[in-house]
Amino acid sequence: MLELKDISYHVDDGNGKDILNHIDLKIDDRFTAITGPNGGGKSTLAKMIAGIIQPTEGRIFFEGQDITELSITERANLGISFAFQQPVRFKGITVLDLIRLAAREQLSVEGACKYLAEVGLCARDYINREVNASLSGGELKRIEIATVIARGMKLSVFDEPEAGIDLWSFQNLIKVFEKMHDKTQGNIVIISHQERILDIADKIVVIANGEIQDMGSKAEILPKLLNGNLECRHNAGGCIHG
Amino acid sequence: MDEIQKTLLMQVADLHEVPAGAYNIRANGESAGRQSTEHIEIVPKEDKPGIDIFIKPGTRKESVHIPVLMTQTGLKELVYNDFHIGEDCDVTIVAGCGIHNGGSKTSEHSGIHSFFIGKNAKVRYVEKHYGSGEGTGERVMNPETIVNLDEGSYMEMDTVQIRGVDSTDRVTRAKLGKGAQLVIKEKLMTHGKQKATTNFYVDLDGEDSSTNVISRSVAKDSSEQTFYSHINGNNKCAGHSECDAIIMDNAVVRAIPEITANSIDASLIHEAAIGKIAGEQLIKLMTLGLTEAEAEEQIVNGFLK
Repeated sequence: MLELKDISYHVDDGNGKDILNHIDLKIDDRFTAITGPNGGGKSTLAKMIAGIIQPTEGRIFFEGQDITELSITERANLGISFAFQQPVRFKGITVLDLIRLAAREQLSVEGACKYLAEVGLCARDYINREVNASLSGGELKRIEIATVIARGMKLSVFDEPEAGIDLWSFQNLIKVFEKMHDKTQGNIVIISHQERILDIADKIVVIANGEIQDMGSKAEILPKLLNGNLECRHNAGGCIHG
Repeated sequence: MDEIQKTLLMQVADLHEVPAGAYNIRANGESAGRQSTEHIEIVPKEDKPGIDIFIKPGTRKESVHIPVLMTQTGLKELVYNDFHIGEDCDVTIVAGCGIHNGGSKTSEHSGIHSFFIGKNAKVRYVEKHYGSGEGTGERVMNPETIVNLDEGSYMEMDTVQIRGVDSTDRVTRAKLGKGAQLVIKEKLMTHGKQKATTNFYVDLDGEDSSTNVISRSVAKDSSEQTFYSHINGNNKCAGHSECDAIIMDNAVVRAIPEITANSIDASLIHEAAIGKIAGEQLIKLMTLGLTEAEAEEQIVNGFLK
């Protein structure tokens, strides 16, 4: 469904740095987790799939179509969703407005509440609130995930959904992804450091230093990560935080 | 009333026909309808253009509509409207001005609204400005609002100007008595070569008086906006003003706050922020399938909502 062919991303900041180096990756599984140390290039890869960052080399194919030159909007309309690591805040735009924009229909309040309930938010308390700094990090994160669920797309990419949320929210977040794994029609890609999220995945991809270090089924990769057999564990203080 | 006037009426007062309750409709410099009620009396001034509105003490849950409509190009007028609001009232006043200029001459409406608000009265004042018409003549509105708030009274002033007014110079002066409260919410959008200036002067004279002046604006194209606020804390009081602006294209926005504490117990705050639409906001909405232009529109609409 999604194929990255020989993808590189080079930043010319004077020192010249390769963020991604000749990545070849096919995503066909229902639930793929991408993990690896911080600064390894995972988020760059996720943003590249959504069209927020353009690769300096290589091509991206979605359902056989070359989407490398397509804009964020065009990719979104082909069926790609993206959940931000740090959800964006808006002055004046309410939770209801955002869910309606995501669903691309004038949903009823009840209809929109359904998506908030999915991410464990007591919908009525949130529906008319502004998506601004008055919401906590965990609340914003769940609203962000609700917008992706409301879109119901073929491919949903989540960039570190666990970042910046408290432990209590995290327990709920895991449930959300477990449910998504069981119910979703589309494919899911999650960038994550969390063992419990990796544990839901069908396939795990390990990225470090801009390269794919290992890739395979959960049964194959997860034990290696937990035993510290992969280099990433030593590189950046470990990629697994239980 | 013709179709253009009906459209203007709809824009500035959300009215399809003449409203229920007290009203005064001014069209092209003349009275196009007036109605007083048992508690609200509207009397035309004899020495100058305008009206006096007397609201009896204790009047509650009633409203007054006083829209102004101009469709004749080149018309210039200066109107004085005085509101005498009795003690313990709880009323809504809807003003507003719509100019349709299909010609080449400048049409200009200047209104001086003076409010005398009695003890413990509560007033919500809504004012919308709207301009339309294909003519080259400018549409100019210069509203001046003078507010006198007696002990324990409250006024909320909502002003909206988001389309079609070429030039605006708004002045608001307020004096607050003991325990009085004034809340001002201004929403403004300018485009093309429009110019808008807003001036707020608030004197917090009474003990425990307070004010909150909030301006949200969007400046597009080559338009220019200037926001001045002057809050004087002359007693134990609380004052807050906030100017939040989105700047686009080649627009210019200035925010000039002035807070003066003339009493050791005055607590005054001013906040001002001017900036373009954050890139990440556009990107988020584009990942939902909106084009950049649609995303921009949603962000601006939300901001001014």
